[in-house]
Amino acid sequence: MSVVATPAELQVDQLATARPASLWRDTIANILRQRNAQIGLLILATLVFFAVFADQLSSFAPNDVLLGHEDGVKRLSAPCVHALGCPSVRVEHIFGLDGNARDEFSRVIHGARISLWIGFATVGFAIVIGSLIGLVAGYAEGVLDSVLMRTMDIVLVFPSLLLAIAIVAALGASLVNAQIAIGIVAIPIYARVMRASVLTVKENGYITASRALGESAAGLIFRRILPNAITPIIVTGTLGIGTAVLEVAALSFLGLGAQPPLAEWGSMIGLERGHLFTAAHLILFPGIALSMTVFGFNLLGDGLRDALDPRLNR
Amino acid sequence: MTTYIVRRLLVTIPVLFGIILVVFVVGRLLPGDPCHILLGERATNAICAQFNHEFGYDKPILSQFGDYLTGLTHGDLGKELRTGLPVGDLLISRLPMTVELSIFALLFATTVGILLGVISAYRRNSAVDVATMAFANLGVSIPVFVLGLLLAFFFAIVLKGTFFSLPPAGRLTAGLSVVPLAERWGMEGTSGPIRAVVDFVSNMYTFNGLLSLQWNVFADALRHLILPAFALGTIPLAIIARITRSSLLEVLGLDYVRTARAKGLAEPAVVRRHGLPNAMLPVVTIVGLQVGGLLAGAVLTETIFNLAGVGQALYDAITSHDFAVMQGFVLVIAVGFLLVNLIVDLSYAYLDPRIRLS
Repeated sequence: MSVVATPAELQVDQLATARPASLWRDTIANILRQRNAQIGLLILATLVFFAVFADQLSSFAPNDVLLGHEDGVKRLSAPCVHALGCPSVRVEHIFGLDGNARDEFSRVIHGARISLWIGFATVGFAIVIGSLIGLVAGYAEGVLDSVLMRTMDIVLVFPSLLLAIAIVAALGASLVNAQIAIGIVAIPIYARVMRASVLTVKENGYITASRALGESAAGLIFRRILPNAITPIIVTGTLGIGTAVLEVAALSFLGLGAQPPLAEWGSMIGLERGHLFTAAHLILFPGIALSMTVFGFNLLGDGLRDALDPRLNR
Repeated sequence: MTTYIVRRLLVTIPVLFGIILVVFVVGRLLPGDPCHILLGERATNAICAQFNHEFGYDKPILSQFGDYLTGLTHGDLGKELRTGLPVGDLLISRLPMTVELSIFALLFATTVGILLGVISAYRRNSAVDVATMAFANLGVSIPVFVLGLLLAFFFAIVLKGTFFSLPPAGRLTAGLSVVPLAERWGMEGTSGPIRAVVDFVSNMYTFNGLLSLQWNVFADALRHLILPAFALGTIPLAIIARITRSSLLEVLGLDYVRTARAKGLAEPAVVRRHGLPNAMLPVVTIVGLQVGGLLAGAVLTETIFNLAGVGQALYDAITSHDFAVMQGFVLVIAVGFLLVNLIVDLSYAYLDPRIRLS
């Protein structure tokens, strides 16, 4: 083999060739081009930052009752920021203190951890079950398909929050049960989306080819169909995280989800609701945190949908 | 058109039966029997046996379902477990509040939502468009209970004493009271469906004020409804605005719109005559879908603004395992859903002649 390149080889090397297209690289580039997704990612990055460094960023533990630990500490005291003119003799509590004299800032940023967990775990649960139902219904068709999808239709008839309240009433009030309830209510959405994409993917030639090669039903479903039908589920799921966070917070607000003293935003707002007219900051700060989290996931979901929708890629 | 309506009505019958069956079964699947939940430690076996006999819970489940269906055909929704009062009466006292609140919330969401969507599409990519869509995105992200509480704080405390202050709770200012329409119209002796309808309307305070020409009652009830309706209507508003914008943008790119422009029609007329009517179908669908969400939101809104509506009653019934109330209310809600769907389908036919004539 000669060390010196022949003119022909040189030419091939110097030809301008496009990088091979990759679905994921293109998608990420597309997402990063969307203004909505940029803002959404920024908000969520902030949220993750607070969730990870919650202990380092707050001077107080979220559940520490400060009565007796600090001089002149009062329940429900308003935010005190030294830079904004709060006398330096007072201890700084930038979001004030709650009804049990706990540091509100610490509670709000520790709430970020819980909300992220709520969002991902609840939607994850709904996606796994919903996708399985959708995969089976779409693959099997016929009677099994009808039975599964009509059952999903019945679940969809009921207003989701009311059905969730009924499920929590049956299971007992706790954060995990609230997540299960909201997860169950969301299952039909994912089942429908998955079934629809399975029906499309199934018609492709490579599925027939795999079948002809003797691939088992499970192999066909999980190795061939699932990877090709998963994109719409990812988009729906991202948009669903915001809704899940919102609905679990609503259950907690009603006293059916997270139980005190857990620093969950919905239950914090529910517990301090009676102090609205004397200490509105206890509604405002967790309210803003909750809204921004949902806002971030919604923006990211919108961006993801636009990036993954081939009709919009021009 | 008549055959279309009849066919559409016939299709709803099996669905309705399915809903009744599901509600009945789900009610019985909840753990814990009502006797022990209601009476707590006082529930001895003898007392519970008597209680179950009184409410018919000792009969076979199929026979209970049969009794329930027979009752339904006579307009009997059963009796409340706690008080023994008919569920129908509770509905007539609670449902009007929720219906009234939902009407105002939906009215607000639809008019403002469509208006914002049209302006956004008309002035695409302008500052107005960007601001409206940012607002719409934010609107769907604020939980009803946070928005409601902050509105109450702002309008009742911050603006207290000004012209814009609004009451943060309740349905009427203390001292004002509504006279039932039945009493005013001398219908105390009548009973039956007509009386039920009159009582129902009478419990919607704004309508009561209007019909009995008590303008102070009307104005006061309306003032109390502004904040709850605003809180409840914001999420639907944002969704309606987004759908209106995208639907109108799609229609405005079609050939016949270009033809309309080419023949020299002014842009506002193009949007009004050729764009909007053809962009309305998805909007109507979404408005119909929002009705379910309104009801869920009503539970939260009623809690925040201290309104005794159906959301509150249903929440109480579910958490205290009151089968009878739960079944009755869910049934009425489901019927309401079916009715809304029917109206949506009929409005399709009205909006799109192709559906009407096929």
